[in-house]
Amino acid sequence: MNMTRNVSVVAVAALMASLAAPAVAGDTITVASWGGTYQEAQTKAFFKPTADALGITIKEDTTNGLDDVRLQVSGNAVKWDITELGADECARGSKEGLFEKLDYGIIDKSGINPKLVHDDWVGISYTSVVLIYRTDVFGDKGPKTWADFWNVEKFPGRRALSGSQATETLSVAALAEGIPIDKVYPVDIDGALKSVDKIRGHVDAWWTSGAQAMQLVKDGEVDMASIWNGRAGTLKKEGAPVSFSFDQGVLTADCMVIPKGAKNKEAAMKALAMFVSPQLQANLPLYVDNGPVNEKAFETGKIPPERIKDINSAPENVKKQVLQDAEFWRDTLVEATEKFNNLVQQ
Amino acid sequence: MSAQSAFHASAGDLNAQSLRADARRESLRLLALLSPSLFLVFAIIIVPIGWLFWLSLFDEAGFLSTANYARFFEQASYIKTFVTTFKVAFIVTGACVLLGYPLAYMLSQLPRRAASICLIFVILPFWTSVLVRTYAWLVILQRKGLINSWLIDLGVISQPLSLANNLSGVVIGMTHILLPFLVLPLYASMKTIDGDCLRAGMNLGAGPVATFRQIFFPLSLPGLASGVVIVFVLCLGFFVTPALMGGGKVIMWAMRMEQTTSLYSNWGAGAALGVVLLVVTLALLGLFQWLLGARATGVWSSR
Repeated sequence: MNMTRNVSVVAVAALMASLAAPAVAGDTITVASWGGTYQEAQTKAFFKPTADALGITIKEDTTNGLDDVRLQVSGNAVKWDITELGADECARGSKEGLFEKLDYGIIDKSGINPKLVHDDWVGISYTSVVLIYRTDVFGDKGPKTWADFWNVEKFPGRRALSGSQATETLSVAALAEGIPIDKVYPVDIDGALKSVDKIRGHVDAWWTSGAQAMQLVKDGEVDMASIWNGRAGTLKKEGAPVSFSFDQGVLTADCMVIPKGAKNKEAAMKALAMFVSPQLQANLPLYVDNGPVNEKAFETGKIPPERIKDINSAPENVKKQVLQDAEFWRDTLVEATEKFNNLVQQ
Repeated sequence: MSAQSAFHASAGDLNAQSLRADARRESLRLLALLSPSLFLVFAIIIVPIGWLFWLSLFDEAGFLSTANYARFFEQASYIKTFVTTFKVAFIVTGACVLLGYPLAYMLSQLPRRAASICLIFVILPFWTSVLVRTYAWLVILQRKGLINSWLIDLGVISQPLSLANNLSGVVIGMTHILLPFLVLPLYASMKTIDGDCLRAGMNLGAGPVATFRQIFFPLSLPGLASGVVIVFVLCLGFFVTPALMGGGKVIMWAMRMEQTTSLYSNWGAGAALGVVLLVVTLALLGLFQWLLGARATGVWSSR
């Protein structure tokens, strides 16, 4: 009896809460990102503070990328108000007209690399492709540059490169040919493919996910690999005998968009403006290794000075790396990927 | 006399007519009973497959074209993927037959209680996720995995064998996962073989080998055929194990579908891959039916 009453009280309270919450707190928007530790960090860095500041509710979902947006927009069933994508996906989706225009009257773009500020998409964070090697195999005399990685005589050992991200592997292949970091883009695709051709016989695994790259290095299946800096940082934190640096890294940006037909466009615009603001951007590196896209974040004083050198988008580190050109890959991705697959699967 | 026979004939006619009418009513009633499931099959299988086929005929700009199919011949990697897929499917099916037939035979000969205990060991892995089992194989087979470290410690080999991140890893992992799909139908069909037939054969002077070869094996063929078909078809669409164990060097058709769907901005590109796999699989099933069906029923029993 008592029990039943308790249950019904709880049920009524829950019902009232669910009815009352949106009315009190204002709009509800849904944001989709990649899930995992990265999204957990975003929740703490971006979503929660934004929800608190704007008095809105932010629901979260996870995305598989551009296909999902395409499916929702073409099916007239847009679930998300904001979604994260890779920058080359944003560039392609923009060409296909899948996104709403952004209002830079609301979103302050200062501090963001102009290459990542577009009519309908804006950068949100950076990942770097870096060269990692095992110190139990090479000590501290491991391969430091992509030319070293390509040098199988001087650095014998097992190797892994990305098989799924042809754009990244072609960029490092160009670097391996000795092309200076500011001359890599526009990538000479045929030249880069020739470079891949030289190394492919020595590649023991072409990884297709960040987790796989991590596992290959962690278990000693390979002695050196290309890997995303977040994964590399995790390996180091876990105590794996590895070393990596941002020298000759390939900076790839992630971006955020409002899918065409999003239900709460206005609230989404305000939320997005918060996400890219220096204050919230400065939160991101406190939780994860993906660097802020807004360089003013480094001036907020929120990021401890000793942390700054480990952040891929810190001004010092940006100088050492190549920035992936999303618009270049927008127009060349399909052709380059097909050619890359033909070569790798020969 | 003639009047009587006419009467008989007309009574027979009448009877036949009402029987036919009855049969018609019966089949209509069955059809009515079947209609919900027929509708379901139509709605969730026929319509989507038709749609898939339809989608595959459009290019990026939304015009009717054969571009999605032409791509298979323009880009060498598609044919390579296709060949790899069938190569893996044949090897894995072969390995499953080699391992599964003796196992099913042993299970069918064991006393009931022992057989059911052994069957649990066949079925148990079924309940574990494919992903977990694949990762387990990775732990066992990789360069610093269990097998290589044992063999090196025992001094059998000096260099680690490359068992993971290549074709052998994919074959080992897939064989393990697909083995129950062969063993279970085979075991079921072996259990139905009448022991008296074998005894009769022995009685007529056939040795154990001849009895097995001439009686047991032919009778087990229908079960083997269905197991082979199930394993082979599952192989063709396999994703997880080749993706994790292949080290990016063994690209199978399903992995290609995933890649293509995200690479191209029209669904047609991925849909075409699906259509090709479906058509080739159906053609092969027809071939199997023709070959094995004839073998299991016609040729062998007429001996």
